[in-house]
Amino acid sequence: MTLEEKKQEIVEEFSMYDEWLDKYEYLIELGKGMEAFPEEKKTEDRLIKGCQSRVWLDCEERDGRLWFTADSDAIITRGIISLLIGVYSGRTPEEIAGDDFGFLEEIGLRENLSPTRANGLVSMIETIKAKATDSSLRSE
Amino acid sequence: MSFDVIYHNAKICKFAHLYNDMTLKEARDLFPVLSTKVYGKPLVYLDNAATAQRPESVVRVWEESVRSGNANLHRAVHKLAADATAQYENARVAVKEFLNASSPEEIVFTSGATASINLVAFSFGEAFVKKGDEVIVSVAEHHSNIVPWQMMCERKKAVLKVLETDENGLLQPERLEILISHKTKIVAISHISNVLGLVNPVRELVAISHKYGVPVLIDGAQGIVHETVDVQDIDCDFYAFSGHKLYAATGTGVLYGKKKWLDAMPPYMGGGEMIDTVRFSGTTYAKSPARFEAGTQNINAVPTLVPAIEFVNACRKSPEIAAEQKAIVEYVLDALSKDPRIKLYGVPRRTEEKIPLFSITVEGAHHEDLALLLDKMGIAVRSGQMCAEPLMDHSGVTGMLRASFATYNTLEEAKYFIECLNKAINMLV
Repeated sequence: MTLEEKKQEIVEEFSMYDEWLDKYEYLIELGKGMEAFPEEKKTEDRLIKGCQSRVWLDCEERDGRLWFTADSDAIITRGIISLLIGVYSGRTPEEIAGDDFGFLEEIGLRENLSPTRANGLVSMIETIKAKATDSSLRSE
Repeated sequence: MSFDVIYHNAKICKFAHLYNDMTLKEARDLFPVLSTKVYGKPLVYLDNAATAQRPESVVRVWEESVRSGNANLHRAVHKLAADATAQYENARVAVKEFLNASSPEEIVFTSGATASINLVAFSFGEAFVKKGDEVIVSVAEHHSNIVPWQMMCERKKAVLKVLETDENGLLQPERLEILISHKTKIVAISHISNVLGLVNPVRELVAISHKYGVPVLIDGAQGIVHETVDVQDIDCDFYAFSGHKLYAATGTGVLYGKKKWLDAMPPYMGGGEMIDTVRFSGTTYAKSPARFEAGTQNINAVPTLVPAIEFVNACRKSPEIAAEQKAIVEYVLDALSKDPRIKLYGVPRRTEEKIPLFSITVEGAHHEDLALLLDKMGIAVRSGQMCAEPLMDHSGVTGMLRASFATYNTLEEAKYFIECLNKAINMLV
């Protein structure tokens, strides 16, 4: 599935729910289903600044693609990062660096988060972008 | 300028007729926001410890001051300035009466409780604190009653000592007595912690402190909202609070200080109105409160303290509202303590010790997730550290969920909160 197709899929899934509470229920399920992150990886350098809940993000490069794993102590945050990882993990640095992350606005996630949460989301996006930019510089 | 201005509420309060035997419904009707909806659900506002909503009477006074009563204070001779000054000084007299202070000169207007505490930390520190002296604060303080003292101690090379609470979260006079030494210069404690919601025995704490000649500042940000405060009875040396938590306009704050202290403290800021004479060879300062009110004051907002205090007094006189508040405390305490998944911080020995403010953590559910789900059900609550990081560390948590009720909240809302909290926990755990 291409990046565009994957994003479209999520937008469609989200549009199935009218109530915000149901959308959160969906995010909670995503969060609960996300693969566990090893405790030893929960280090200060993997911690994303600007989130009320703690979020750790790890990134590995294999075969010219970026693979993300992450965790959080809050379950809805886990759901949101699971969503982001599902979209961006396994993409090339160029694909990620060139993306506008606009689908998050399309599903209304950004406006429906509390300001501290929204800042956290921006921090998560920026960290993912920074990894991609770092990596694309290195491969040049 | 004489402070003996007649305190006439009838002129500015259009809601005076409601203040006799005010019912809960009449109280709620003064707050249009309470009948609005969020995400299609009726708003249940339970973040009152952060800031309360403003009644129409407050909005009206604020609006009228901006629209037709705006002038700077004390300085000009024209009619508008005289009226604005009268409104401002009326508010001082209203606060004086509300706190039962000895005179209006003991009431200093600031921008809020934080500014009031900073003022004392600076000015008292300049006058009375030297190297090696000690200042006592409690572990359950809001950052506003910790950081100003840390800054002062750093400047003066003094030592900040920390008073622990007892196992329930209350401050105990016996523990304070152990901590006080001949080096202690001031004790700064909260009337009611913004996290624990327990009423500290301030009268006894002050008495112990005074036994050793140590003055006490009380952070009354929450205390003034829920308790009848008589500063002469408590005998505290300073009492600080914000207007916006007491239904008045934002940017209004009060520092009560005993005259003997205020007169002995140097100004915090220099500028207009706080002077006696200004010469390049040296300036002499005005007496309190003018000494501490440099620059143009919050002229349009300060008068809103008058209708806000009237509203609070009316609520306290209303048997229906008093009964509802008590019922909320009893109901929520019971519901929270029955649920083994929930841990409540600030468990009272007697219900009278507890204000309707409840901070909790839930096993397996993050406070932020809970707040987010409650928000989608129309309930506004607070999550996080609540500006009390030392208390969070002390409790071994990264944050809590807090529901804080005001006089306009109902038992029905409390029941809806508990129902939604259960629903949110079940979604998360």
